[in-house]
Amino acid sequence: MMRWILFAVGRFAVGVSLAALAAATAGAAEFRVGLVLDRGGKDDKSFNSSAFLGATEAKTKLGIALKVVEAPDDNAFEPMIRGMAEKRFDLIIGIGFAQQEVIQKVALQFPDRHFAIVDARVAEPNVRSLVFAEHEGAFVVGAIAAWSSPGGKVGFVGGMDVPLIHRFALAYEAGAKHANPRAVVTTSFVGLTSAAWNNPPRAHELAVSQYDSGVEVIFAAAGASGLGVFDAAEEKKKLVIGVDANQDGLKPGRVLTSMLKRVDQAVYASIAEAQAGRFAGGVREFGLANQGVDYSTDQYNAQVLPAALRQRADALKAEILAGRVQVPDYYQRKP
Amino acid sequence: MLSAGWQLAAATLRGAAPLVYGTLGGWCAERAGVVNLALEGLLLSGAFAAAVVAHTTHSAWLGALAGGLGGLALAAVYGLLVLRWRANQIVAGMGLNLLAAGLTPVLCKMLYDDTGRTPSLTLAERWQVAPLYGCWLLVAVAWFVARYTRWGLWHGFAGEQPAALDAAGVGVNRVRWVAVLTGGVVAGWGGAALSLGASSCFSRDLAAGRGYMALAALIFGRWRPVPAALACLLFGFCEAAQDRLQGVRFGSGEPVPVQFIQILPYVVTILVLAGWAGAARPPRALGTVFSREGNH
Repeated sequence: MMRWILFAVGRFAVGVSLAALAAATAGAAEFRVGLVLDRGGKDDKSFNSSAFLGATEAKTKLGIALKVVEAPDDNAFEPMIRGMAEKRFDLIIGIGFAQQEVIQKVALQFPDRHFAIVDARVAEPNVRSLVFAEHEGAFVVGAIAAWSSPGGKVGFVGGMDVPLIHRFALAYEAGAKHANPRAVVTTSFVGLTSAAWNNPPRAHELAVSQYDSGVEVIFAAAGASGLGVFDAAEEKKKLVIGVDANQDGLKPGRVLTSMLKRVDQAVYASIAEAQAGRFAGGVREFGLANQGVDYSTDQYNAQVLPAALRQRADALKAEILAGRVQVPDYYQRKP
Repeated sequence: MLSAGWQLAAATLRGAAPLVYGTLGGWCAERAGVVNLALEGLLLSGAFAAAVVAHTTHSAWLGALAGGLGGLALAAVYGLLVLRWRANQIVAGMGLNLLAAGLTPVLCKMLYDDTGRTPSLTLAERWQVAPLYGCWLLVAVAWFVARYTRWGLWHGFAGEQPAALDAAGVGVNRVRWVAVLTGGVVAGWGGAALSLGASSCFSRDLAAGRGYMALAALIFGRWRPVPAALACLLFGFCEAAQDRLQGVRFGSGEPVPVQFIQILPYVVTILVLAGWAGAARPPRALGTVFSREGNH
């Protein structure tokens, strides 16, 4: 027990010192934004990288002062967010559902500070909730996966076993079965704690196990752990689908597409509006309809995702938007 | 496509390899009477050094070599603390784990402006197959050296009867230094197997508790190399089986919740340590400081 306490204390100390390293060089008159990233870290090339990209873009284009911190563990969120609120940051953005409770708590205690949170809903007037219709995008890439798998065997590797990732998994499976009613979907999760967002070796083993069992395409919705799935796809010469950011260029030719979740746009727009004095609380939703969720096409996946498939995918998107195809939502499911 | 049994066997070997290096590294130090709780840190420092050098030189073998040196460097610090300055071995070992867990992301930041990851390696820069059999060669070497060589005898006496070894004119601390440093190199290779084999870069907390599992395997194996390595194989098997049991339906029912599948390795560890390991007897002088004035 003692060893774990020591461990936790030590890691917290490391986190705080890293935070100090990253401390902003903010002038007094600047608009100051604090970005609190999730466990995957700014270089997960996925969810957090996307948020970081949006914030750095705001820094260059809008001239804000940006402070980015990463949480070494879940207990570090509160001191980081509270610290920013106490230092009178103009906008504090929490990335990931793990910060929901902390943002709720701190927002109540600092009613004149402005907050935003991605992937969670916080019903306080000074919090903007940025939520995504992940299921819509997952359904489309599920169909793309099934179309690209002659054997009809597709896989899913999720990060932490939480409702958000089940939302991806449920719609992905439905999309695959929509495209090919006989498709078989194998689903695995990296782990049960937030460490599952950053455990590439485990994700790699899960992916190898799936590919060995005949799976031809894997959708990796696992934050930084997803990089292990990309390695497995490269070793086994199979296909992988990226998540959140455009990951097509990570292993060109092996990445079928990426399910884009434009966290970068959501973060950028929130900063821009807040800086212009138009901050508003409430829920802002991003989905297929406003391109907040999409699938990626670029020079890296032109070979593996030919024009014919892209047309079918676009047709499917149109049908979903017109309401002719129903996408199951894990959040709305009936028990 | 390989049959399911061979796939399971291959996955077991992949899962076990880093643990085998770790447990052998721990064995080197502990058989000579030095507690080695720093295994987690040794794995991390080896993994980090291997990933950096493999990326810089584009050579998997130089990376693997550097992995051993990374472990050696941390083991040298450990040796200074516990052998030269006689620090408490438990505290020093835990301290080094914290140091490695904290220092590696800082170095990533300094080298690559990345908050905890080294750049991705290409397939050619990775060390994938050799570590899988290499660790078993090392197990054989450890078994042979411990059993049939004079050095093996000294090694055992340093942990059991250091005073007798001293009386025979062999420097106890010298033997312990060699044991700790060798253990560092071996555990560092385990780290290299993680960052170059199981993964394609170093990432924060890459060892993810494997150092502690390796320690559990060492105790389970009663501080003997072959049984300890077999214990690692058992842990590797549990991990591999767990990956394959996820989402499997038994009969026509719902799949077993993933939580139950994922506790499997931990349940096995607890059962093994509490049950079958029984009264495992550590080396008699484990954790004690040797000096001519008597053991403390």
